[in-house]
Amino acid sequence: MTELLRVEHLNKAYGEVPVLQDISFTVNTGEVQVVLGPSGSGKSTLIRCLNGLEPYQSGTIYFQGQKVDPTPKNWQLLRQKIGMVFQSYDLFPNLNIMDNITLGPIKVQKQSKATAQKEALRLLDTVGLADYTAKFPRELSGGQKQRIAIVRALALHPDFMLFDEVTASLDPEMVRGVLEIMANLAKQKMTMIVVTHEMNFAQQIADNVLFLDDGHILESTPGKDFFTNPQTDRAKEFLQSMDF
Amino acid sequence: MSWQIIQQSLPMFQKGFILTLQMSALGILGAIILGLMCSLCQYFKIPVLKQIVGAYIELSRNTPLLIQLFFIYYGLPGIGLKLSAYTCGIIGLIFLGGSYMAEGFSGGFDGIPNSQIESGKAIGLSQGQLTRYVVFPQGFALSIPALAANIIFLIKETSIFTVIAIPELTNTALDLIGLYYHTNEYLLVLVVGYAIILIPLSIILTWLERRIRYGTFGD
Repeated sequence: MTELLRVEHLNKAYGEVPVLQDISFTVNTGEVQVVLGPSGSGKSTLIRCLNGLEPYQSGTIYFQGQKVDPTPKNWQLLRQKIGMVFQSYDLFPNLNIMDNITLGPIKVQKQSKATAQKEALRLLDTVGLADYTAKFPRELSGGQKQRIAIVRALALHPDFMLFDEVTASLDPEMVRGVLEIMANLAKQKMTMIVVTHEMNFAQQIADNVLFLDDGHILESTPGKDFFTNPQTDRAKEFLQSMDF
Repeated sequence: MSWQIIQQSLPMFQKGFILTLQMSALGILGAIILGLMCSLCQYFKIPVLKQIVGAYIELSRNTPLLIQLFFIYYGLPGIGLKLSAYTCGIIGLIFLGGSYMAEGFSGGFDGIPNSQIESGKAIGLSQGQLTRYVVFPQGFALSIPALAANIIFLIKETSIFTVIAIPELTNTALDLIGLYYHTNEYLLVLVVGYAIILIPLSIILTWLERRIRYGTFGD
């Protein structure tokens, strides 16, 4: 397996308060890394650091073996290789579904409109929303919006995807559709870093679990072992509290 | 109240009416452009420009238009800049309106959720693209109510132009009253003149506000 992403000794603090301390891990191409941990443990902050939405004080991120120079300009170039999906979907309300999806490919990657739209249609079809191109985000349910948000990120053909609690604000019956799409992506060997509270789903797709507590990685354990045999008491406690 | 007097005064009021409209239109257009540029300087925290804009906004909002006009009309010739009253009026309106419009736009831009900016960044948009496709369309829709209120406000402020002898609506009425003492008649025409401009405009702006809001956010 080839290494896609490596994080070394990442530290981040909000003022005096440390939120991430000495974070180091590696993600290989095609791997699904699930980040678990209690609220406030720094999970979201961690994956937001990975596409430069959060600045960090020290540490190094290597992307495809190359050290990432954490300047705004450089992050802007890198972000088209990093898909990110947020908890609150954040589609652009002023653009219809097609324009939401093709904005990046056309404006950032300078694809032709025809190429971008063709690809958008193909991707929309895979999430069962091919008929929705002319609709606006306001006309869609939360689950549909989140599926569009995933398509919007995929349309740039990123090298890996970040998912930040993408089902946390969805109605229960909407959750499954979104998780299925993510499971499909994992099956197609998309490299993914997933922050989630859906334990069954995490167990199903995780190649490896990073367990965070209080800004530290307490353990990094293969997915097949973490849920049945976590190494730390804190992780055991956490799994119990999640009724798992 | 004599209808004859009113009728006789109408051609003169018509000229004032057109001048008020013309100067308002130019002043408001200039104020919107200046205000947008100022608010973008502030939104993107452009060094130096941001401070200059901040000082301008404070100065403009905290001094009366009357004094600003005196300064432009009587003060600037002192440094060799002699402008016609007409030009001074429009510059004054732009100077005053620019800061109000800037605050209106800023209110709209600040109302865009940060998550919108982040999701724009996440698909690799540059600062310029983010402004063009996300910040401006949404911020503009959010700022329309404030901009509409400013437009109405600025049109009413043109009545102060009378102090530098611009023959707009108010100046026309005061002139006629001074000449012929038919105060009631001329004041009535004056009020009707402003109402003809402002009431329909206000209705149109409210309609536009709803339409743009709906077109952008769907509620």
